[in-house]
Amino acid sequence: MESSKKNTKGIINWIDYRLPVVSFLKHSAVDYPTPRNLNYWWNFGSLAGFFLLVQIITGVILSMHYTAHVDHAFDSIEHIMRNVNHGWLIRYIHMNGASFFFIVVYIHIFRGLYYGSYKAPRELLWWLGIIILLLMMATAFMGYVLPWGQMSFWGATVITNLFSAIPLIGDNITQWLWGGYSVDNPTLSRFYTLHFLLPFLIVGVVVLHIVALHTHGSNNPLGIDRKGPQDSIPFHPFYTIKDLFGLSFALTIFFAVVFFAPDFLGHPDNYIPADPLKTPAHIVPEWYFLPFYAILRAIPDKLGGVIAMFSAIFVLFLLPWLDTSKVRSATFRPIYKILFWIFLIDAIILGWVGSKPAEGIYIIISRIATLYYFLHFLILLPLLGKFERNRPLPESIGKPVLAE
Amino acid sequence: MNIFTLSFLILSFIFSLVSADEALKPEQYPFSFSKPLGKIDKNSAQRGLQVYIEVCASCHGLKHVAYRNLEGLGYNKDQINAIASQFELDDFPNDEGEIIKRKAIYSDSFVEPYENHNAAKAANNGAYPPDLSLMVKARKDGANYIRSLLLGYTDAPDGFEIGEGYYNKYMAGNIIAMPQPLYGDDVEYKDGTNASLEQEVNDLVTFLTWTSMPDLEDRRSAGLKVIFFLFVMTILFYLSYRKIWSELKK
Repeated sequence: MESSKKNTKGIINWIDYRLPVVSFLKHSAVDYPTPRNLNYWWNFGSLAGFFLLVQIITGVILSMHYTAHVDHAFDSIEHIMRNVNHGWLIRYIHMNGASFFFIVVYIHIFRGLYYGSYKAPRELLWWLGIIILLLMMATAFMGYVLPWGQMSFWGATVITNLFSAIPLIGDNITQWLWGGYSVDNPTLSRFYTLHFLLPFLIVGVVVLHIVALHTHGSNNPLGIDRKGPQDSIPFHPFYTIKDLFGLSFALTIFFAVVFFAPDFLGHPDNYIPADPLKTPAHIVPEWYFLPFYAILRAIPDKLGGVIAMFSAIFVLFLLPWLDTSKVRSATFRPIYKILFWIFLIDAIILGWVGSKPAEGIYIIISRIATLYYFLHFLILLPLLGKFERNRPLPESIGKPVLAE
Repeated sequence: MNIFTLSFLILSFIFSLVSADEALKPEQYPFSFSKPLGKIDKNSAQRGLQVYIEVCASCHGLKHVAYRNLEGLGYNKDQINAIASQFELDDFPNDEGEIIKRKAIYSDSFVEPYENHNAAKAANNGAYPPDLSLMVKARKDGANYIRSLLLGYTDAPDGFEIGEGYYNKYMAGNIIAMPQPLYGDDVEYKDGTNASLEQEVNDLVTFLTWTSMPDLEDRRSAGLKVIFFLFVMTILFYLSYRKIWSELKK
C-alpha cells in the first residue's frame, strides 16, 4: 500500500493502514483518471446510482408503516399519506423516484447505444447493466402491486398470467408464483418480500458494474482509447462538480413533479381499492413497461408474445457481437447515426401504442414497430458493420479537445 | 437547443401520449385550487362538508378522513366534536362483551353509512356506493369530472336503453347507478350563501378535493421553497463547474 510508506500519524492514516478505505476512495473516486471529453450524457450513470439510493432510503421508511395484507395494504398507504408525518412526501418521492430512475437509466442505455459503450473491452460491463435493468423491472413491477389498488391487482394478474403460456408446466408455474389459485394474499406478501430484497441485489450488481467500469475506464464521445495521461483528468474535482451540477438540475425537475404533479405519472385507477370481481376498462402497466407491453401484444400468439417480449431485452446481451463495426462512437458512423435515431423513435412509438387499446390500427403499428425493433438488432447492425464506411477517427482525445 | 431541453421535450412528448380515454371530456372549471399554486377555498370546503353530511353521507363513506382532520378546514376542536357527535358508531366491547353504540368524537374516522359492504349493496339495488375519500384522485381530471358528472344528469335521448340506472352525459357508457343526488336548495347554508345546484356542486368538489389531497397546500408551499432552493443551487453548481473546468484550458 502506498499510504503505508508515507506518514502513519493521525487517525485517518492509522485506520487506512489497517483498512484501506481512504486510499481506496482516493484511487477510485478522487484520482481516478477519466477521459477529459465526457459530455453531459455521461452524467446519467451517477444519477442512476443516486436514484437507486433515494428509492432504498424512502422505501425503508415506507416499509415501517406499510402492511402487506390484502385487507390492510390500501388503507396503510392512505395512513402513510395522511397520518405519518410527511408521509405524503416520502411516498410521492418513492412513487416518482421509480419513474425517474427508469428515465435516467433509459437515457444511460441509449447513451451507451449511441457511443458504442458496449464494445470490447466493455461487454461484461454492458451485461451487468442489462442485469440491473432486469432486476429493476422485477422490483418496479412488484412495487406497483403493493398499494393493492385496481391497477396493482390487475397488472399483477395480467403479468403473472404470462407464465401460463409456457408449454406443459405453465399453469403449475403460475400457481407457484401466486401461492394459490389467483393473485391473492400470498402473492402480495411474497411480492413485498422480493420488492424489499431485490434492490439490495441491484446494489451488488451496481458494485460489479462499477468494478468493470473502472477496469478499463469510461468510454467517451469519440469512442477512441486514451493514448496517454494527457487524455485524462482526475475524477475529482472535474467530474464531481459536473455530476453535482447535473444532479442538482435533475433534482429540480424531479421535485417539480413530486410537489406539483405527483400523480401525473400514475394511473387514477390505483386509488380505487383492488376488486377481483371488477376488471378495469384498460389495464395498462406503468409507462416504463409500455414498449415491452406493446411487443407482447403485437404477437397474436400468447407464448410467441411472451418470447418476443423477453427477447426484446435478451437481444441486448448479444449486441456487442451483433454490432460488427469496430468503430464505437456514432459520431464517426454516418449511417449508424441515422439508424440510432430511427431506433429511438421506434422505441417511443412502441411505448405509445403500448398505452393504447390493442385494436384496429394500433395493432398494425405495434407489429411494424416490433418488427423494426428486431430488424435493427438482428439484421441491420450485423450488415452495417460490413458495409459502412466510417469517417476518419481523430488521433487522440487530447488533440481535438485542445484544438477547439 | 441544449440536450436537457431536448430530452425534456422528448419525455414530455412520451407522457402526453400515454393517455387513452373515452366518454365526454369534463368541462374545465377554474376552482380555487386549479392553478399550480392555488389553495383550497376554506369557506367553500366548509359548505361542501355540509353538503356531504346532509346529502352524500347517507350512502357514501369517507373512511380515510378523521374528524380531527377538519382542523385543516379551519374548525376548532369544539366545533369538530359538535360535527362528530351527530354520528354514532359501535364502541369497543365493554366488560360484559356487549357492543354499545356511542357518539363519534374528534379522534374517530368519519362514520361509515352502512354496517358492511353487503348491507351497502343491498340498500342500493346491488350497486355499492363507493367511498369518497379518494374520489378526486381516483378519476382522471377528478375535480372537473365529478363536477361535470353531478351537473350532467339529463333525460336520455330517444331510444336509449337505460335499464336500472340513470342517464348521465359524463359517465362512461352514459349509465350511472346513482340517481341525481343534488338539485339545488338541498341544504340551507349556515353562512347564508344561496344554495344553487352549481354552488352546491362546486362546494362539494372543493371539499372532496381536500379529502383526496389533504396535503395539497403544504405540498405546494413547500414545493415552491424547494424548487427555489434547487434553482439557486443549480446555478451555483454550474458556476463552480465553469470555474473549475476553466483551469483545464490554461
